[in-house]
Amino acid sequence: MEKIVYQKSKGLTDAELHYCPGCTHGTIHKLVAESLEELGLVGTTVGIAPVGCSVFAYNYFACDMQEAAHGRAPAVATGIKRTHPELTVFTYQGDGDLAAIGTAEIVHSAMRGEKITTIFVNNAIYGMTGGQMAPTTLVGQKATTAPYGRQQDHYGSPIRMCELLSTIDGTAYAERVTVTDIPNLMKAKRAIKKAFTLQQQGAGFTFVEVLSTCPTNWGMTPLKAIDWLKNNMIPYFPLGVYADRTEEAK
Amino acid sequence: MAKELWKGNEAIAEAAIKAGCKFFFGYPITPQNEIPEYFSKRLPEVSGCFLQAESEIAAINMVYGAAGAGSRVMTSSSSPGISLKQEGITYIACAELPAVIVNMMRGGPGLGNIAPSQADYYQATRGGGNGDYRTVVLAPATIQEATDLVQEAFDIADMYRIPVVVLADGMIGQMMEAIEWRTPKKRELPKKTWATDGTKLQRQHNIVNSLFIDAGDCTVQNQKLAKKYEAIVQNEIKYSITGEEDPEVVFVAYGTMSRVARAACMRLNEQGIKASLFRPITLWPFPTEQLKAEAVKPNVKAVITVELSMGQMVDDVKIAVEGAKKVSFVGTGGGIIPTPQEIEEAAKKILGR
Amino acid sequence: MAARVTFDRDRCKGCELCISVCPKHIVSIDEANTNRKGYHPAHVKDMDQCTGCASCARICPDSIITVYREVK
Repeated sequence: MEKIVYQKSKGLTDAELHYCPGCTHGTIHKLVAESLEELGLVGTTVGIAPVGCSVFAYNYFACDMQEAAHGRAPAVATGIKRTHPELTVFTYQGDGDLAAIGTAEIVHSAMRGEKITTIFVNNAIYGMTGGQMAPTTLVGQKATTAPYGRQQDHYGSPIRMCELLSTIDGTAYAERVTVTDIPNLMKAKRAIKKAFTLQQQGAGFTFVEVLSTCPTNWGMTPLKAIDWLKNNMIPYFPLGVYADRTEEAK
Repeated sequence: MAKELWKGNEAIAEAAIKAGCKFFFGYPITPQNEIPEYFSKRLPEVSGCFLQAESEIAAINMVYGAAGAGSRVMTSSSSPGISLKQEGITYIACAELPAVIVNMMRGGPGLGNIAPSQADYYQATRGGGNGDYRTVVLAPATIQEATDLVQEAFDIADMYRIPVVVLADGMIGQMMEAIEWRTPKKRELPKKTWATDGTKLQRQHNIVNSLFIDAGDCTVQNQKLAKKYEAIVQNEIKYSITGEEDPEVVFVAYGTMSRVARAACMRLNEQGIKASLFRPITLWPFPTEQLKAEAVKPNVKAVITVELSMGQMVDDVKIAVEGAKKVSFVGTGGGIIPTPQEIEEAAKKILGR
Repeated sequence: MAARVTFDRDRCKGCELCISVCPKHIVSIDEANTNRKGYHPAHVKDMDQCTGCASCARICPDSIITVYREVK
């Protein structure tokens, strides 16, 4: 007898994703959706979409969704969680949204130990607006607003959000992962599942940063983008657990 | 019911709680601090939640999230803080969420001062944020009226899925008056079937959103909003007229300034100069037709708008009067409140007496 | 046949991520065909070698791959 061993998650709707070919947003969406489905949380979760490439994420997740103003997703999530503590609440944010315009919102949500989960997709560029420099753009990396490459003496060095947020007591869990290959992808899913599980248990703020590609704005094929991420992003943004303030970790 | 002595800001907070608002997100700014302070003490007593946000921007976006999940929710601030909230207010308006926003206006522009002011009239009635949208704007003149209107504001917000602004000033917020607790007229409110409170796997997912990337869809949304605003214009206008029935001079003033204008009106009436006071209670929808009816009365020689600003509502008064009578402005910005005598003198000058 | 995969061909964007993770190197781009979106979609020629490991499906950003396996 034949059995389905893998299929599209019920945590996703049937909508076709608008992302460029090979953009790992779709892969990350899937990991979030699978985690929610496997934990039985799709019917009791509200997600918040950001502004940026994943602005249409509200069409793709099968759970209830809200679309937030640029950078405000953690504040919107706070409003939902504080009025509906029984719900699982997550934000899905890119690097411009979370690490530039929304820096105050993410830092203070972590400070309050807000019982929400943030999936931070770091692809070192502004995708939707056309490849402008992000706070996570690497030194020397070209962007449409940094045509000579990011210059350190002009823009400083890229911000490391996992490290920054891990210094805050309210952050119960922070891990940086990637989805470049199957072992890393499985690790990423475990991290996302752990974050949602900790939220269920009432731990504080949970944060999973996922290093992601942007083949279109990086100007390379999806597979070259995967290599570029491994060779350039991971050395500056090392993978691993940055905060784990749960009882089991102590 | 027995009368109770209440401070404006605290009465507004208690009125919200009486209206079933259990959630408040705010940020400190004078002269409205007693509102968040009161909520911070009271909301835990009613199993609600008070949260002091990191900024006005965060606070209004918390309101967005809470309203989108179906909760009765409120925020308050004062002028510069309301400027920061405009981003959230236009999103709330477009996503059609019910929320109540109190603005205890202070002097401006810029950091201005903390004195009473009415200089945010344009911002409140024209929509300080981007795009074509409206907020219902309620302007109480007494603490009693503030407590009545705040309670009704939640019903209006739920009824039309719209942000409702309660526009007052530091004077209303800081002073104490005797009030009695009253409940607003009962309305049949629609069920919040659109709320993002979890699908329970029983329905399609709900989406709270203000993005309509397709021009056709965005046009449809704008037309839908316009239709709703038209219904509000038809159903929700509030105003009052006091003074002589056959006036020679019609004062138009709202909120704190209407109290002073009323005194000026009475002084003129005592001197045999017939005057009336037209007081818009809803600044949007503005009582356009009703004001015109008062202004075109045969003996009216002057329509005088009195404001604690350099003249903002006067534009709406001119639109209402449609050139039928001369419309004058008396008032000043920055926080100095004109006295009844000054208004009386200005009126006499306009009348040529 | 122990296992097989199916592609929702019209939703494929030809990104080749599935190709990069297949341990049996049996996934390739179907250069002879163009789908509704205008891409050459991914396909498997030698399905007999498929083990049903689901690597291709797991990484597929567009979730267009379904994996089947024979169970006794």
